[in-house]
Amino acid sequence: MPVLCRTGCGKKAVLKRPKTGDALCKECFYHAFEAEIHYTITKGRLFNNGDSVAIAASGGKDSTVLAHVMKTLNQRYKYGLNLMLLSIDEGITGYRDDSLETVKQNRDDYEMPLKILSYKDLYGWTMDEIVAQIGRKNNCTFCGVFRRQALDRGAAMLNVKCIATGHNADDIAETVLMNVLRGDIARLKRCTSISTGSEGTIPRVKPLKYTYEKEIVMYAHYKKLVYFSTECVFAPNAYRGHARALLKDMEKIRPSCIMDIIYSGETMAVKEDITLPTQRICIRCKFVSSQEVCKACVLLEGLNKGLPRLGIGKSSKAKKMLEEYNAKQGHTTIKETMQYLDNNYTNIGNIENCLSNDKLCKSRVCKVSKNNTQLINISGKCNNGHCSGQCKNNQFSKDKENKSNTKINILLEQYELSETSNNVTVGPSHANILNATDLDNLYPDQDEDSCSGTCGKMGSMQIGF
Amino acid sequence: MSGLTVTLQFSGGAELLFDKVKKREVELPALEKFLPQINKTDWSLRELLVWIKDNLLRERPELFLQGDSVRPGILVLINDSDWELYGELDYKIHNGDTIMFISTLHGG
Repeated sequence: MPVLCRTGCGKKAVLKRPKTGDALCKECFYHAFEAEIHYTITKGRLFNNGDSVAIAASGGKDSTVLAHVMKTLNQRYKYGLNLMLLSIDEGITGYRDDSLETVKQNRDDYEMPLKILSYKDLYGWTMDEIVAQIGRKNNCTFCGVFRRQALDRGAAMLNVKCIATGHNADDIAETVLMNVLRGDIARLKRCTSISTGSEGTIPRVKPLKYTYEKEIVMYAHYKKLVYFSTECVFAPNAYRGHARALLKDMEKIRPSCIMDIIYSGETMAVKEDITLPTQRICIRCKFVSSQEVCKACVLLEGLNKGLPRLGIGKSSKAKKMLEEYNAKQGHTTIKETMQYLDNNYTNIGNIENCLSNDKLCKSRVCKVSKNNTQLINISGKCNNGHCSGQCKNNQFSKDKENKSNTKINILLEQYELSETSNNVTVGPSHANILNATDLDNLYPDQDEDSCSGTCGKMGSMQIGF
Repeated sequence: MSGLTVTLQFSGGAELLFDKVKKREVELPALEKFLPQINKTDWSLRELLVWIKDNLLRERPELFLQGDSVRPGILVLINDSDWELYGELDYKIHNGDTIMFISTLHGG
């Protein structure tokens, strides 16, 4: 006995909506699904007429549905948006190479321009190469940190107002839960906001924030949208995997729990005496960071120095590693080591000096700077005043000039400061925890130290956006 | 009662657990022969999952099944409609039915 659509349209229902429990037919489902996203967009004032918007496209279900719906709504409600696709090629053989084919299909299907940025071009390393260095344990940290910055860079190149990502309600509930489980108050506070990014960053918006994963998959299925669904070939994130499984189990019993967790995350208040890291600009790459040197730069430095674990975990660990490194190199003080590393860095943006520096040139950095003008352009762009003005880095590079600190001193602070960087006024145990997570908190947004996409999802199987 | 012919489809990544085959037609034996102990003659989805586990599931059954049902996060469509509208595990299978399993567990 077929169930009829609840709206009384007389058609046969095809699905039960998890959010409301309503049985709807295909047409009424499409209408409800799209109308809710339109409501989310208008209520949250995510876009302004005439904006250019980059859709972060991974080829997976969420970004494919997002691209489809954005195109549909843009036409139907005359948003007047200039939509484009932005993809990051992490360089993961057997995963991203295939999914990028799907993104190219999206480009053709939705007639949107597509920009693909690769880790190899931006950082000189593919994820395959990084995993060969670091192993499979912490690779998601690299991937997440690099992707976040890569999206910012891509958005700056495309000169867009904002980046729309495909995070769905289930993803956000999962992130709330994860941040609670990790005691990560800074992220807990911001992870539910529909639009993130402060001055200096290109905002991320989440039009699918209140859209259930089940509905996204059903929509893609009935609309016959082609998406890519293979798990990342690299490490599972077991902790996230468990949180995800828990959430799915609870959703089965009470589907509204997804919305309820998001609501809890949105309304939870953080005690006033907890001071949260403030955002600033990385002195190296000029992208937004909560520390003097952003996590992407620290990680990249580690890779290029053969210290791939630098920047993973506690700052005290990084300090210890640098001490060992400096002993090996024959430097006597951390200061000397930092100077060494810093000189090395300066050379990245400086082709002429590149060849003259013996050990440095063995690292990939030199090769990169020779071959890849893109990287140099990025760091040179704002200082040289070539950027379109859209790039907010301009104002920050001025700020930087005003500071009389040398890079070395700042870096020294970065690594030796761990005992004094205590910006917390709660009990001692808490102070330690927050301090320990300092290095992990370098980014303002989503949780970048784990894969936000496929990773950690299927069982303990487990990249995306 | 003789066997039934049904079409099974796996997608959204679920096919990876089934030799990457997305669509197959299978013939189910008489239920009395397959599961004599339960004393039933009519196939329901509950028994179909047992049959799938015994005959088709190649690896990591825990990624597809949980308890006597599918793992939460795997959507089931009966003749292209949500199984939640049709009694889920208690749905009585008819000859010629198409049962589809879509995993939502992969990233996007």
